[in-house]
Amino acid sequence: MFVLIVGAGRVGSAVAKRALASGHEVSVLDEDPLSHERLEDPDGTTWEEAGGLFTVGTALEVDALVEAGVQRADVFIASTDGDNTNLTVAQIVQRRFAVDKVVCRVMDPARAAWYAEQGLDTISPTRHAIEMFERALGIEDH
Amino acid sequence: MYVIIVGAGKVGLNLARELIDKGHEVTLLEADRRRYLVVEQELSHVVQYGDATELWVLERAGVQRTDLVIAVTGDDEDNMLVCQVAKEKYECERVIARVNNPRNLQHFKLLGIQPVVSATDLILRLIEHEVPRYGLVHLLALEEERLEIIELEVQAGAPAAGLHVSDVALPEGSLVISVLRDGRGFVPTAETVVEAGDQVLLVLDAGLEDQITPVFSFLPEPAP
Repeated sequence: MFVLIVGAGRVGSAVAKRALASGHEVSVLDEDPLSHERLEDPDGTTWEEAGGLFTVGTALEVDALVEAGVQRADVFIASTDGDNTNLTVAQIVQRRFAVDKVVCRVMDPARAAWYAEQGLDTISPTRHAIEMFERALGIEDH
Repeated sequence: MYVIIVGAGKVGLNLARELIDKGHEVTLLEADRRRYLVVEQELSHVVQYGDATELWVLERAGVQRTDLVIAVTGDDEDNMLVCQVAKEKYECERVIARVNNPRNLQHFKLLGIQPVVSATDLILRLIEHEVPRYGLVHLLALEEERLEIIELEVQAGAPAAGLHVSDVALPEGSLVISVLRDGRGFVPTAETVVEAGDQVLLVLDAGLEDQITPVFSFLPEPAP
């Protein structure tokens, strides 16, 4: 599979490395050139040596998405630190480039739920944290 | 009519004033605490503090009963999503969005958000109409301070093309503050080379633009 990940923060870079190690083709797009460091292997192997692709650019710029390979992506992951950027770019990629699987990180649980109803695959770390705390307290729903 | 305006910057605040003058009910939403406090001095309860991309903030403002949502923040993603949620979740029939970066127009269309207003686009069209010769855009005019910020495209063969910023012959009272190249902007140093095709932003004393445009434009010598 060709996986395109926008946002190489803690989450994006970790997923990128795992996906590459699992034999997928992985391309990462981030507006911060320094985020590339997070993709390096601790043993010193660079991201490119490991076979990864990296593009510096803003997700809303269609040129940057195209350069990062959106047209041949099978999976698209929006994992920047901004909910609004993730929601916007995920919808653009889904509608304009018809990528099969689009997954989008949304911290705000209310919007994560609503956009999920609209057919967007959303992951809300906040929702998960709330559920885990509830479980720790023994007050979960079921 | 009940109108929710998102973003209490200059555009949002002035819109709110005008609509209130015309007798409409208005709620203005502002996510920046400091800006909110400033605007609150004038508009008191009309302005509410909060990030309108969050559903509860819109609901608190009464999005369910609003006739019109206008999103005029300086952030295109915010404007897009506020309008999308207002339309699709809260079934508000009329939305108006401000487009800050004309390149994002396509995204607004793709998400079905219209009408949109892009000041940059409007001005560009006016300029193309009025002064096709120079790619000059007035970005900001501070009337009281008598300062302006303009954007110019460096034409091939222009006197400034290929020179270091420090060597460009600019009149006193003007300064290159930013260069946009390949879709990215940066603050130049004295050693930065100005290239044809760059967009340069200059801050200048009001009235100097006639001396500045020829420096970045290619003007063929008049035939002898």
